[in-house]
Amino acid sequence: MTSENTTKYSLRRRPKSEKLIDESFRKLTIAMAAMVAVVLVSILLVVFFESTEAIGRYGLSFLVTSEWNPVTDEYGAFTAIYGTMLTSLASLLIAIPLGVGTAIFITENIIPEKIRNLVGLMVELLAAIPSVVLGLWAIMVMEPFLRPFLKQLHENLGWIPIFSSEPIGPGVAPAILILVVMILPIITSISRDSINQVPDKLREAAYGIGATRWSTIFNIILPAAISGIAGGILLALGRAMGETMAVTMIIGNSNNFSWSILSPGYTISALLANQFGEADGSQVSSLMFAALILMILTLVVNIFAQWIVKKLSLKY
Amino acid sequence: MPRKIKQKKNICISLENVSISYGKFEAVRNIYCDLPKSKVTALIGPSGCGKSTVLRSLNRMNDLIPGCSLKGRVLFEGIDLYNPQIDPVEVRRRIGMVFQQPNPFPKSIFENIAYGARVNGYTGNLNELVEHSLKKAAVWDECKDKLNDSGYSLSGGQQQRLCIARTIAIEPDVILMDEPCSALDPISTLKIEETIHELKKSYTIIIVTHNMQQALRVSDMTAFYNAEELEGVSGGKVGYLAEFNDTEKIFNSPDHKTTQDYISGKFG
Ligand SMILES: Nc1ncnc2c1ncn2[C@@H]1O[C@H](COP(=O)(O)OP(=O)(O)O)[C@@H](O)[C@H]1O
Ligand SMILES: [Mg+2]
Repeated sequence: MTSENTTKYSLRRRPKSEKLIDESFRKLTIAMAAMVAVVLVSILLVVFFESTEAIGRYGLSFLVTSEWNPVTDEYGAFTAIYGTMLTSLASLLIAIPLGVGTAIFITENIIPEKIRNLVGLMVELLAAIPSVVLGLWAIMVMEPFLRPFLKQLHENLGWIPIFSSEPIGPGVAPAILILVVMILPIITSISRDSINQVPDKLREAAYGIGATRWSTIFNIILPAAISGIAGGILLALGRAMGETMAVTMIIGNSNNFSWSILSPGYTISALLANQFGEADGSQVSSLMFAALILMILTLVVNIFAQWIVKKLSLKY
Repeated sequence: MPRKIKQKKNICISLENVSISYGKFEAVRNIYCDLPKSKVTALIGPSGCGKSTVLRSLNRMNDLIPGCSLKGRVLFEGIDLYNPQIDPVEVRRRIGMVFQQPNPFPKSIFENIAYGARVNGYTGNLNELVEHSLKKAAVWDECKDKLNDSGYSLSGGQQQRLCIARTIAIEPDVILMDEPCSALDPISTLKIEETIHELKKSYTIIIVTHNMQQALRVSDMTAFYNAEELEGVSGGKVGYLAEFNDTEKIFNSPDHKTTQDYISGKFG
């Protein structure tokens, strides 16, 4: 601008300082973003290099053997990998219908608003309980309460491999249930948000041609909200795979492999938490190898989550 | 089945002393109105006078709004639609609705129509039904090559005609339309009006519009709604039916001066 403006508008030209602030803010954000990447990559690298010894020694057989003997220096993570997969998938299987159902329940005008809000609030509060407290509760209250029922399961359905052992205390089954408690709020609140995002005009459209409430929910609203719900589910899966404290307290921490969910087991994160303290030499390397596997698993889940969300997101 | 109540001949829906409230706020009051069968009735009036409220009461869409209540009787073929024994879902299967904003489902064009048919237990050939409905709504040419594309790949006007086709596909007796053209350009509007002309051969149509020309072009009967401030009622005006007559009469020599004023654009 050549002509100097002498009006009341003093900011026709932006002062240099303001542009400087813009520019430095931009650089700052780039630096922050880069930092995240640097931290992620360096963690991966450290874990990888620390585990090279174990990778060289066991290779892929580490994934399928379940020996864990610091005396003879024999390590295999199969029990922990199986435990991680089993606990996280099983808890997801229980938590999905519960969580999505709760979300429908508290969004879709089925019960009076006051009760809905109360249920919603309680689910959110569930997320605020520290996992160590949940772990304690699991040991002292839930597991003893559950044991008679698990005994029944074993006595009646013991021929099925996953119920084939006598429940004696801490084990995989209570760990699965405590994981359900922990991931339920994630699934519920993300599902609720994505159901709320579905525009009301779609509901009206469905009711306007004579659809029932259930048909509207299952054929119109849930499909329209599915990308968010799927994202929430995968987030919950990530959480379940990585959860450490509560699981360590209740799963029994045993490296003896068993198919049964009634016997004690292990997850990778519980294994790490339990053994790092007194590990040395090749045990550390083996633990790092297990950690690397856990990281890769969660990374894959997350990438898959992003892909699913993109794939499923609808336009309306 | 609730007891049938005698209704005048050639009358499709009668409102008998209907008042509708949102919570404590009374939106419309004491409406008496006989909507004729196989004709197009236009509801006109200034905004906020309760046209949509009345229209939505005719197929119990207002049930979805918490706190909305109705006093009086709405008779459809001699049956009170607000009788507790009546299932609102069944009402909506007989009295379909087209909304102000085009609202196709985020599904394919084919599914948009097939869904409603399935919900209503349609047992015939779906392909034929889809073609027939799209043709009747005058949008077949635009859709026939892309039945598997999303309903949202259409333009606004085409989407609205898809929504009309979706309503036709469930073969209701009555079609309610709430300002179906207000979000559309003039050409799409004309196309939809043509569609309405086509449809009135087989359906009773009740259309809300704030376009006077449109009311004149498409309707046989016109109901003019107005709103007035009432003494002792705080927070808004109460709507009422000011005049109801043949469209020609309403537009040429209305009985009331307010009707005349509204039609000639003096308020609204
Ligand atoms: N969902 C609602 N909740 C509360 N009040 C409403 C609702 N919908 C409409 N109203 C009120 O009812 C009156 C009539 O509204 P409406 O029927 O939409 O008018 P119109 O369609 O004639 O413009 C207005 O005063 C409006 O504020
Ligand atoms: Mg309106």
